[in-house]
Amino acid sequence: MQYFFYLFAAISIISALLVVSVRSPINSVIALIVCFLSIAGHYILLNAQFLAMVHIIVYTGAIMVLFLFVIMLLNLNSATEPLKKLSTRVAAVLAGGLFFLTLLAAIRHGVNVAPANAPDASIGLVDKVGMSLFSEFLLPFEVSSVLFLSAMVGGLMLARKDAPSTLPKPYIGPGDVGAAAPPTMEKSRNPTK
Amino acid sequence: MTMDAINSAIRVVPLEHYVVLSFLLFSIGIAGVLFRRNTIIILMCLELMFNSVNLLLAAFSAHHSDPGGQVFVFFIMLVAAAEVTVGLAILVMMKRNVDSVDVNQLNQLKW
Repeated sequence: MQYFFYLFAAISIISALLVVSVRSPINSVIALIVCFLSIAGHYILLNAQFLAMVHIIVYTGAIMVLFLFVIMLLNLNSATEPLKKLSTRVAAVLAGGLFFLTLLAAIRHGVNVAPANAPDASIGLVDKVGMSLFSEFLLPFEVSSVLFLSAMVGGLMLARKDAPSTLPKPYIGPGDVGAAAPPTMEKSRNPTK
Repeated sequence: MTMDAINSAIRVVPLEHYVVLSFLLFSIGIAGVLFRRNTIIILMCLELMFNSVNLLLAAFSAHHSDPGGQVFVFFIMLVAAAEVTVGLAILVMMKRNVDSVDVNQLNQLKW
């Protein structure tokens, strides 16, 4: 049983590193899907069956497909992304590593949890989670529909073609009256454009 | 498999290992957000961080025998779905306005 945990853990960590390090966005999305599937495996090991199914449906089935759609619709895959400065990249890796060390130091004496309830492996099943969701957490559940409505309206407003832009216009030239933007707002450095 | 067998099987892996795994995934997400310039990959690193927190909540919930943690994971998934909707809409607008998905193009608010 614990070998499955270490197998899934290795898959998640390797694919998470691939998400960050691979150049092409499509390959990055595929690595993230592998990572999410391994996390669904972790949920099954924890006997959280409802979560595992919802995770696969929502994340792998909806969110990652949405990412793929956006990449393909905007034709982002051909974009060769320039790297950040070397000092910035080193600082990024250092920041991540030091953050990890800080978190590790916080639990160096172990995680002390006394079980709140008697051991019950059925808490992850659909009926237990559903009972909790529709009794104890009914109000947040209903409020989340408002969140979805506002997210949907916001997404439509932002992505609509004739929406008035709130961004500054790109810098056109020296005679561009009223262009506050210095030439840092240059057009895409993307060679394929 | 009886419920007792499942109970002991869940506790075979110590909780600390789940905690360390989640920390590692979260740190990879943070490093990715700082490391990359492509906005879509930054959004994916955000998803990675959401998922590490979800895994941690689910592990604590299973070891604690409390279904509340798993309901919280469900709500985090809802919020992540809404966040991705708005984030990708912003990405589409950014591509349309500055013809790039490079975060370094949007440095107007940087001092």
